[in-house]
Amino acid sequence: MWENIDKVQEVRFHVSRYSPERDSKPYVQVFPVPVREGMTVLEGLHYIKENLDSSLVWRYSCRMGVCGSCGMLLNGRPTLACNTQILDIAKTDLTVAPLPNFDVMRDLVPDLATMFKKHIANKPFIVRQDDAEQNDPSGEYFQTPEQLEEYLQFSYCIKCGCCMAACPTLATDSEYLGPMPLTQGYRYSADTRDGAKKDRMKVSGTGHGAFRCHYAGECSRACPKGVDPAKAIQHLKRQLVLDYLHLAKQRKPCAKQHGPGKGTRDPKIPDAPAKTVGV
Amino acid sequence: MAELKRHDNRLGVWGWLGGGRWGIERYAYILHRLTGLGILFYFLLHIVVTSLRAMQIYLWTEGGFFHQPVFKVGEYLVFSAFAYHAFNGVRLILVELGLAVGKPFEPVYPYKTSLSVQRPLFIVMMILAAAFLAAGTIEFLGFVE
Amino acid sequence: MRETKLWTWFMLAGLVILILLGLHMTVAHMGGLTGVGVTKAGDSVNEANSQARDATLFYPVVYVILLAAALFHGLYGLRVILFELGLSSTTQKAVSALLLIVGVGLFGFGTWGVFAAHALYAGRG
Repeated sequence: MWENIDKVQEVRFHVSRYSPERDSKPYVQVFPVPVREGMTVLEGLHYIKENLDSSLVWRYSCRMGVCGSCGMLLNGRPTLACNTQILDIAKTDLTVAPLPNFDVMRDLVPDLATMFKKHIANKPFIVRQDDAEQNDPSGEYFQTPEQLEEYLQFSYCIKCGCCMAACPTLATDSEYLGPMPLTQGYRYSADTRDGAKKDRMKVSGTGHGAFRCHYAGECSRACPKGVDPAKAIQHLKRQLVLDYLHLAKQRKPCAKQHGPGKGTRDPKIPDAPAKTVGV
Repeated sequence: MAELKRHDNRLGVWGWLGGGRWGIERYAYILHRLTGLGILFYFLLHIVVTSLRAMQIYLWTEGGFFHQPVFKVGEYLVFSAFAYHAFNGVRLILVELGLAVGKPFEPVYPYKTSLSVQRPLFIVMMILAAAFLAAGTIEFLGFVE
Repeated sequence: MRETKLWTWFMLAGLVILILLGLHMTVAHMGGLTGVGVTKAGDSVNEANSQARDATLFYPVVYVILLAAALFHGLYGLRVILFELGLSSTTQKAVSALLLIVGVGLFGFGTWGVFAAHALYAGRG
């Protein structure tokens, strides 16, 4: 495995370029990049910017697959540039293009504003009616591990937009909410601490909501964090249909664990050691 | 200078099928739409043609306009489209009601998605569709011969 | 929420079609193989067999239910495909209205056809 670590081979990066002030449409520029084993596409783009063309523009931040900034179309698949090793997907030629289904702002930078507008419309936060408790909390909300598991997978979303780029419905219908907003809406509706399920259903049950998903599954295949938005959307459809047919199970609201000294102690947890400071 | 070795990176016929980049479920969705449109187009004409029997006009029987072999083949194609559309539709009903996609769980790399959970159902449905199609093909070929 | 209602009925119509169209396909395309719906000699869809089915009460009822379910399922599916092409609000309303008119019109014509044929052949036996 390590015998190839110093071997350098040339991979041609076919990068989509676009300057709105100069170009009427994007064009492809080819850059020869010396690639070593283990080098990511993000490192390749840095090489281009440092040595070949400093005008190349793209978004990146964490370089470790947690911020969701560097989503782009690599050899026809939407994925993160920092997470993808060049030699895993290409031997001699690699096409790098901005995420489809979004407007291109410049070079490899997509305009994600539409995705975030739809996301905000679906209330991606815990909503509760008990204002007094929210402003002056008396304790924590108690959630069992089973209740957590119902939405935890969908909370790993990094909002990179790869699922939106892969979705066939978004390719023609730009008003469709899309996998990310729908999944995040379901993540909060499935959270036992939340109280805005009905409000979100009004957004996701519309003509451009969950029912425009036809389970092509490309969003789940493209997702770099294993969020599986396709699964979330099907569970969301189930929620919507059962609610319409009045067959939905009434969920118990989240129990409140009141402040220190007020809750019942779990006998399995041992006592704290005796105080040694300020005695 | 010696000739450099070249790697043949062409996808061949696999390139026609989206280069293998798309999952089978995406192709299933496209085919579901195409078969649906085909069946609908046939169906709208079918309502008109068969309702004419109330006026004793039988356009599809012996001597009728639609009794020609090309229409019989077309009908068989509609039957095949129904075989696929119906069984894939059963899969979609189960999937879209959240019954065949599995429960959410904490994702651990390498990630397993709901696509792999419903894949056995997809295969079973396609086998059933093939069996249904085979039964209809036997009769169709019997007629043609 | 209207979309939820329409989609739920769309799916239920699909289930109805699965059973009834499955039966219809068995009669029309596998009648010789299975014998279902074939009471007279010859092809399962020849005049004699077609009239024999029209004479019963079972098949006309099946046809009307199947017609309603299939028209709703098919035209709603077409509506979804057309809407996903990104139509303006006015075009959407026009398409919905047109599909509704076509659906109701064909349902009316088809139901008339079924019962008129039944009336014609039920007496003959």
